[in-house]
Amino acid sequence: MAWLRSKLLGIVAVLVLVYLFVPIAVVAVLSFNNPEGKFNVSWNEFSLSAWGNLCGVAGVCQSFILSIEIALIATLIATVFGTMIALALVRYRFRGRGAANSLIFLPMATPEVVLGASLLALYLNLRLPLGFWTILIAHIMFTISFIVVAVKARLQGMDPRLEEAAQDLYASPWQTFRFVTFPLVLPGILGAALLGFALSFDDFIISNFASGTTVTFPIFIWGAAQRGIPVQVYALATLVFALALVGTVLGQIVSSRRRRKLAASS
Amino acid sequence: MTIAAAVGPARRRARIAYLLLLPGIAWLAIFFIIPLISLFFTSLQVSTGSSGKYKAGFNWRNYVEALSEYWEFFLRALIYAGFATVLALVIAYPLAYFIALKAGRWRALMLVLVVAPFFASFLLRTYAWKTILADDAVITQTLNALHLLPDGRILNTSIAVIAGLTYNFLPFMILPLYAALDKIDPRLIEAGSDLYASPFTTFRKVTWPLSMPGVVAGTLLTFIPAAGDYINAELLGSTKDKMIGNAIQTNFIEFRDYPMASALSFILMASILIIVTVYIRRAGTEELV
Repeated sequence: MAWLRSKLLGIVAVLVLVYLFVPIAVVAVLSFNNPEGKFNVSWNEFSLSAWGNLCGVAGVCQSFILSIEIALIATLIATVFGTMIALALVRYRFRGRGAANSLIFLPMATPEVVLGASLLALYLNLRLPLGFWTILIAHIMFTISFIVVAVKARLQGMDPRLEEAAQDLYASPWQTFRFVTFPLVLPGILGAALLGFALSFDDFIISNFASGTTVTFPIFIWGAAQRGIPVQVYALATLVFALALVGTVLGQIVSSRRRRKLAASS
Repeated sequence: MTIAAAVGPARRRARIAYLLLLPGIAWLAIFFIIPLISLFFTSLQVSTGSSGKYKAGFNWRNYVEALSEYWEFFLRALIYAGFATVLALVIAYPLAYFIALKAGRWRALMLVLVVAPFFASFLLRTYAWKTILADDAVITQTLNALHLLPDGRILNTSIAVIAGLTYNFLPFMILPLYAALDKIDPRLIEAGSDLYASPFTTFRKVTWPLSMPGVVAGTLLTFIPAAGDYINAELLGSTKDKMIGNAIQTNFIEFRDYPMASALSFILMASILIIVTVYIRRAGTEELV
């Protein structure tokens, strides 16, 4: 009993993690399914046919590649803009700082339907043709705030004396940034970019408003849901998840090794 | 503020700050603020009689119509999101506490695992709950055997919608809770037990008040997207479980009733803003002190 009580919190924590992964496990298992009817919702028999022919359904891979393109460009631009804003907010004092902070917070406090509806209202009023560019604009807009928050947290955790030391040694502001601030914040920026990529790649609600007839991967899934989602979609989603998980875990191991080495050598 | 910043040429430094802000803030001004203004004017447009075509005007009746036609959808959205937020808090707290204060060398890995679901499609994960909560699945069968389900099923009921909302926004609750708990000095909690407080009293008097910033941030980051969501209601609920997000989406995209959808969006934003302000006041004055 005493053992159980001392371990209870850990057991609950692991159970919550398991809960987070149950639906993902269902998706992964169903990617090896040969569904009985059109709807891939219950297990029938094992099959590798979807994995062997990932692009086997019309439009699946086009939409998948389009989503990756949009997510890459949106993440790149939002990460540059967001990092610049985070630097300004953490390292400088200026008039309008409070207003800038609220402007960053507001998009995160606005439901996605409202973001999507308002952008579509603007696009319609301007008579902009809906498609790749209107989706990209929307994705950059809603990713910036998340990037700012993530990079800001990293900058605030940084020892300001490191930058002061560089300046005391007559480094120019640019040199200070290039050789001190940037390398120290880089892991935070990469983490933020990864989150931005995930948010953009997986966005459905806002994209659905901004897309017109253009089909991203989530829009493809939504459209297919009425007729039954092809097993290939499950396989592609499982693939993305597995790659991201392996990538981040490996990154963690490498960076903790490096930290241990640094600690040992100093 | 750094010492260098205090003594440096302040005006030049402010100029650098504005240059750093410019592209991102301009983007948000053009593609977030202006669209909201555009949405506001759309919400007041007047119908021309033909579908999808409206002309500028100040038709405040749109708001009256939106409320009288869809008040149930609003109510449902706020209630479902409220339930989901409380459930998410209860589920997330032990995990966040464990990662912040007990996980030791497993901390980094557990944090990765909390964020990992973001990389699995939101739509497919929600769809997967259809399989997990299906009428012939283990969970439904077990709960039915215990006579715990009023409708005899979970799928296509409000329980399924709330369960889906709770699940989908859980990482948004865990991360701010973790950030707040991580800042607590563990010696404060030890001091509580050294002074013969029971674990529960220590939690109530020390840990919980200190974690309040995380509780506030987490509940907001869960409640707001949950109140506006329509995916869970669409995929897991019946037609009687539709939320305000569903009404906005169908009015805008299917009925092309732009003024109605815009008015609904503004009422949603206003009600969230009011709830959030009242909530922050409460949490800030009564709980924090």
